[in-house]
Amino acid sequence: MFRIMRREQLNPTVVRMDILAPLVAKKAQPGQFIILRVDEEGERIPLTVADYDREAGTVTIVFQVVGATTERLSHLQEGDHINDFVGPLGRETHTEGLRKVAVIGGGVGCAIAYPVAKKLHEQGCVVHTVVGFRSKELVILDDEFKAVSDRYELVTDDGSAGKKGLVTDALKAMIADGEQYDEVIAIGPLVMMKFVSLLTKQYGIKTIVSMNPIMIDGTGMCGGCRLTVGGEVKFACVDGPEFDGHLVDFDEAMERSTMYRDFERKAHEDTCRLFAQEV
Amino acid sequence: MPNMSLTRQPMPTQEPQVRRHNFDEVATGYTKEQAVDEAKRCLHCKNAPCVGGCPVQIDIPAFIACVAAEDFEGAYQVISRSSSLPAVCGRVCPQETQCEQRCVRGIKGEPVAIGRLERFVADWHNAHGQADITPTTAQNGHRVAVIGSGPSGLTCAGDLVKKGYDVTLYEALHTAGGVLVYGIPEFRLPKKIVQQEIDSLVAMGVHLETNMVIGKVLSVDELFDEYGFEAVYIASGAGLPRFMGIPGENLKGVYSANEFLTRVNLMKAYRDASATPILQAKRVAVVGGGNVAMDAARCALRLGAEEVSIVYRRSAQELPARAEEVQHAQEEGVVFRFLTNPTEIVADDNRYVAGMRCVEMMLGEPDDSGRRRPVVKPDSDFVLDVDCVIMAIGTSPNPLIKSTTHGLETHSWGGIVADEDGLTSRKGVYAGGDAVTGAATVILAMGAGKKAAYAIDEYIRNKQ
Repeated sequence: MFRIMRREQLNPTVVRMDILAPLVAKKAQPGQFIILRVDEEGERIPLTVADYDREAGTVTIVFQVVGATTERLSHLQEGDHINDFVGPLGRETHTEGLRKVAVIGGGVGCAIAYPVAKKLHEQGCVVHTVVGFRSKELVILDDEFKAVSDRYELVTDDGSAGKKGLVTDALKAMIADGEQYDEVIAIGPLVMMKFVSLLTKQYGIKTIVSMNPIMIDGTGMCGGCRLTVGGEVKFACVDGPEFDGHLVDFDEAMERSTMYRDFERKAHEDTCRLFAQEV
Repeated sequence: MPNMSLTRQPMPTQEPQVRRHNFDEVATGYTKEQAVDEAKRCLHCKNAPCVGGCPVQIDIPAFIACVAAEDFEGAYQVISRSSSLPAVCGRVCPQETQCEQRCVRGIKGEPVAIGRLERFVADWHNAHGQADITPTTAQNGHRVAVIGSGPSGLTCAGDLVKKGYDVTLYEALHTAGGVLVYGIPEFRLPKKIVQQEIDSLVAMGVHLETNMVIGKVLSVDELFDEYGFEAVYIASGAGLPRFMGIPGENLKGVYSANEFLTRVNLMKAYRDASATPILQAKRVAVVGGGNVAMDAARCALRLGAEEVSIVYRRSAQELPARAEEVQHAQEEGVVFRFLTNPTEIVADDNRYVAGMRCVEMMLGEPDDSGRRRPVVKPDSDFVLDVDCVIMAIGTSPNPLIKSTTHGLETHSWGGIVADEDGLTSRKGVYAGGDAVTGAATVILAMGAGKKAAYAIDEYIRNKQ
């Protein structure tokens, strides 16, 4: 059992939790993920590590309530326990030798982009950050990003915070300003990562994306998380979760992510009804 | 006088038309009378050829003699000297190619039903016997880590704890049992039975740690340097599923057998209230001819599919699955499409599976495996009408331990290099089961665990 040490509501649907898991905290690196199971009957879901505190032995997760499992998880409070919490899994973000990087975050993906930006900043790399949200009330980690970024651009779909537009608009403008990047690291919805990759391909800038496909064991056994990367089958759990954005077949990944949409919608509705009854 | 009937006692089973709609155990087991009657068919051959066919060398005539004398607990004690998982092996061993194949009664008539008797004895013990008593051997204070709690790891851990070792068993998933819980379905091996075996190991003093992905959470080097283990046994299993490399394998509705079975078994997708989604398929094709393919096909039937076919590129004679599984699958209505090979999986407008293009095959000259190589029959392609495809064509080794353990040699195909006793290229590191051999059987994995336990004991005693 893994104790929830801290719980914070970042926006109406996004929650941050620090989980006491010393063995995971000891080794976790930006880019890696954990698998958790809320309770004895729950499903296993992967979440990318948002931060870690090796001394306190805690791992930070940030998640958006999208389905039955995240709904259940969001109802847990400080002092409650999560049944299973395993990691760190997957490969860490490669940051060595980078001198100037554009970090692109979209929505709840910003929570995963942040530790990457932080690590790059700590290594003395010049960090330019673009974060995008649908609207003002969904903005998260604004101050945190500012603290580790040499240039920071906030965009929203409706213009209610920062500039109105998409992250690709802001990135394009930065490149047009003459900024030259060793690498672009994009973490967010599949469609955002796809269009960032298409844009950077035009400019020949190496681009890393973090994939979050449907997963069960997360240890290299089931093959559910497979993707096509450069024409080959890759498993996000052991080969990723980060891949070269110019090689990922995003259209296929987007299709696969919808496989259980109806089941998930119903499960989420049932769970919400359950919590509504309890209250 | 032995019972000279040429035929063995049939195994009572649920009726095929009933069982294809439920996940309860198919074979319900011998009654006491049936077991005693069958046991009396054993001739107690002096040279006991059956024992030579058993990877863990159970004293088969001795345990059968106890059954014939109605000393069922005595029979259990004989078996448990050699096997730590009799209730499991009695159900999933391919006896027809092992002990029973060598049975003298099989020369003229059917061999003694050794597997069924083993199962009877184990079930009798679990229902009536005393709980396993903590071993009398004093703890010797030496620590051994076993990685993976499948059949190989359970056997090795069990044998070592009986010898007095302080054993920690690491499992990557949230539940122990490995393939016995995520792979083999409830109707063939009830999870209650696996849990009993695990509980008895824990009662004997094995420390079980779940959610421990060795190679990630801890490395093998850390197990030695920081945790003070003197030897490590790697039994991490078969690894990642293989795919055919044909177009359409990533469409929605294509599963690896590992994923499909894990959803159904480990994650309980067969229960109505399960949190685990699974496709409600009507027409399912399972590609492959092994036990895993049979398990997947029979699970698909039980989940409500109208037609399930096994698509296998060779003929019935080459099927690698256990004979009983093939027979049970046929009885339940699984369609066997032999000499058929998929070439493409076809999509509908929403990118779900809408069919599988196949070609017919014919058998040519024998290949490296000694089996006749299937070759494509010209102009034979056709589309099989299916909405779900399950690939059960094998696995390739998991890279996690290999890539994080210094000096651990692997074969070009990824399997860990280990000698007869399981010793790897690293001192104190032993390996066995599917991680060494590639996907094989439960009993072979257990045999490897047993040998490694013996070798680890020797190694630690000689070190002192």
